[in-house]
Amino acid sequence: MKIVVCIKQVPDTKGGVKFNPDGTLNRAAMLTIMNPDDKAGLEAALRLKDEYGAEVTAITMGLPKAEDVLREAMAMGADKGILVTDRVLGGADTWATSQTLAGAIRNLEFDLIITGRQAIDGDTAQVGPQISEHLNIPVISYAQNIKIEGDSVIVERQYDDRYHVLKAKMPCLITALAELNEPRYMTPGGIFDACKAEITVWGRDNLIDVKDSDLGLKGSPTQIAKASDKVRKGVGEKVTLDPAEAVDYIMNKLKEKHVI
Amino acid sequence: MEVMNSEYKGVFVFAQQVDNVTNSIAFELIGEGKKLAKDLGTEVTAVLAGSGIQDLADELAAYGADKVIIVDDPELKEYRTEPYTHALASVIEKYKPEIFLVGATAIGRDLGPRVSARIHTGLTADCTQLDIGDFPLNPIPGKEQKHNQLLMTRPAFGGNTIATIACPDFRPQMATVRPGVMQKLPKQEGVKAVVEAFNPGFTPNNNYVEIMDVVKAVAETVDIMDANILISGGRGVGNPENFKLLEDLAAAVGGTVSCSRAVVDAGWKPKDLQVGQTGKTVRPNVYFAIGISGAIQHLAGMEESDLIIAINKDETAPIFDVADHGIVGDLNKILPSLTEKIKMFQES
Repeated sequence: MKIVVCIKQVPDTKGGVKFNPDGTLNRAAMLTIMNPDDKAGLEAALRLKDEYGAEVTAITMGLPKAEDVLREAMAMGADKGILVTDRVLGGADTWATSQTLAGAIRNLEFDLIITGRQAIDGDTAQVGPQISEHLNIPVISYAQNIKIEGDSVIVERQYDDRYHVLKAKMPCLITALAELNEPRYMTPGGIFDACKAEITVWGRDNLIDVKDSDLGLKGSPTQIAKASDKVRKGVGEKVTLDPAEAVDYIMNKLKEKHVI
Repeated sequence: MEVMNSEYKGVFVFAQQVDNVTNSIAFELIGEGKKLAKDLGTEVTAVLAGSGIQDLADELAAYGADKVIIVDDPELKEYRTEPYTHALASVIEKYKPEIFLVGATAIGRDLGPRVSARIHTGLTADCTQLDIGDFPLNPIPGKEQKHNQLLMTRPAFGGNTIATIACPDFRPQMATVRPGVMQKLPKQEGVKAVVEAFNPGFTPNNNYVEIMDVVKAVAETVDIMDANILISGGRGVGNPENFKLLEDLAAAVGGTVSCSRAVVDAGWKPKDLQVGQTGKTVRPNVYFAIGISGAIQHLAGMEESDLIIAINKDETAPIFDVADHGIVGDLNKILPSLTEKIKMFQES
């Protein structure tokens, strides 16, 4: 079995956020980590590898320094790492990003693609399902309890008040949540090997069946009109009330805000 | 689809239903859609997809839908990505709306991306504000300023930033909208909408996944990150049994109970329910901080909540620095009475 895991190097949002003059994110200026949902997706792939035997390829799109998360993935147990990087890919929205990753994945044989549900920088949860559409394969979002049965994958898919047990023919794409599992640590041997391992680097010319007009900032249907740091809330109202007054006070606030 | 904008008209909303019960987000989207439609001089159309769902059209009309398109097919009985994507993409191709709104629910955030990818347009996730305006916001020499664009505002980067996004060259302009943020219109019984049936035909293929089982059970632990209202308790609640007061309030307002780290460390509640730096970051519409002093690590996990109401007997508690409404008082006396009042209000 061949599994492709899409991972993203994301800014550690706890460290503050910096922008370029055009409103896009200045990723180069921030500390980075492997996106937590993607790490859970990688762990899910590695567990399938442990159980059924599989070749796990980690792929990322980003700046050259995104190589770091590929080495981390390989130190955890991924067999290969592919970095998709090119100046023309910069400023991509989810349409252009999913086109890029789909174009790269078309080079690979795969039974299963696993992506994280969403990245902590954009929080969109769109790239996974959009890749599946471009590749014309089924998608199962928010996957739990992933099992393989013959040429199919069986997954529990959580909704608000229920879950579906779904069976999809492979190839198929599933998206994973950070709550899915506890990712393993890198092993010392894994780190040693990963430092020396060769990372495959692809650019625009390696993307299959993708038009220039679908890439980067120019290929992005959505455009940023305005981006700004969130204005911190000021201190609100503080009141000292007896219980009956306090209840009326809270009731009024809940009604004003249409909570009840 | 990349288009001359004028070909596409009308505000469409996806009226999500499960088990033939319309989700509240549908009414919220209609309410917001009416506001946008008024600015654009157009109408709101609700798109209903499912099996045996004709009866749901009247309620959508009562909440303000001018028109309802019904896609009714046995393949749409339970939500599955592929047939629902086919339904919506086909509606968009036939009716050509300029705006298409979907709820940012577990279903909508799966469906929206797949639909937008199929029809090649932009999608902005998890919006908290929608407006009609110009793009670019201010004229830029040498660049055409387009009018009557959908401006979609959303938090990003862990809530550190607010971004406003436009989709100037592709139609429809699509957004998923966070549940509980937009206002429904008052329900007007008896108001009718133009109802139209449309079935694009459904032919199962490999993208149709097989549903082997549907397990209808509230998960053992509700994900507090998905809750619209959180009733969060700290050490000030006093003991594990006293969380009953919070659970009662949660049941009355349709909320979920969460807690601070002190409560997890004391073994009163499981780690899944912990809000804060070492727990989960939450952004509900309403966050009740009950007996929570508000350590900086806790504040980091909840300060982005839209409305924060704190009850604490210590008037110097740091939670009051981030609360919109802070009440210095006794939670044991306030909570039971508040729960009763809310129940009475809802029954009236």
